Amino acid sequence: MNLTRRTLLTGSAAAAVASFFGSQQAFASVEELNKAISEFTGGAEPGEGPVTLITPEIAENGNSVPVSVLVESPMTEDDHVQSVMILAEDNPLPNVATFHFSAMSGEARASTRMRLAKTQNVVAVAKMSNGDVYKVSNNVKVTIGGCGG
Amino acid sequence: MSKPRIKVPKKVSAGDVITIKTLVSHKMESGQRKDKEGNVIPRKIINKFTCEFNGASVFSCDIDPGVAANPYFEFKAKVDEAGTFKFTWVDDDGSVIEAEKEVALS
Repeated sequence: MNLTRRTLLTGSAAAAVASFFGSQQAFASVEELNKAISEFTGGAEPGEGPVTLITPEIAENGNSVPVSVLVESPMTEDDHVQSVMILAEDNPLPNVATFHFSAMSGEARASTRMRLAKTQNVVAVAKMSNGDVYKVSNNVKVTIGGCGG
Repeated sequence: MSKPRIKVPKKVSAGDVITIKTLVSHKMESGQRKDKEGNVIPRKIINKFTCEFNGASVFSCDIDPGVAANPYFEFKAKVDEAGTFKFTWVDDDGSVIEAEKEVALS
């Protein structure tokens, strides 16, 4: 192989650029998060509302962090919570899960366990049957990340 | 595929709002991890969970790789009549895990 100074330089420059973009892609950008939210809400600007997001203040293990969401609503056929989307701002992929409720749910409350890569804000966006959109976020401190370093 | 674990009260009064808990064993490979050689391990997760009561949708969930391994869901359901809850988990590879639970009125 013919290794000259020039090939070496261009090669290492390309590697540097690649590693730069690699690190950029590892965590979701703010645009990506906002895009995911606006796709879910259909462009409506989320306000503050009767949404409660329950997360631990400190998660020792990011591999499994309990998360609960509760939306106050009469849950009738005409007035109920349609969906709630959970997002993790600084995960490589911000979307965590989207719950879909119905009038048969009785109560808009659901829990699951999620992965968190590092200390970050967890966001819940709720969409009501009348088109109203609410957003709430909680900060969770993560001791050990959970997205396979 | 292992058998899912589901907790539903056996007897309820009409109009009660009950809590349902489900857990299914699944690795939930996120598609972000790399093996020893540096190759990305392909994504393989359960991407959809649904719960129906007597054929009508009660609760469903679109799942992204941010959900932890062995996905656990807890949610509510309003029961007005006796019947059957049907639970479905859909894997990325198209396979489906199904389970049913009967509920009687007391």
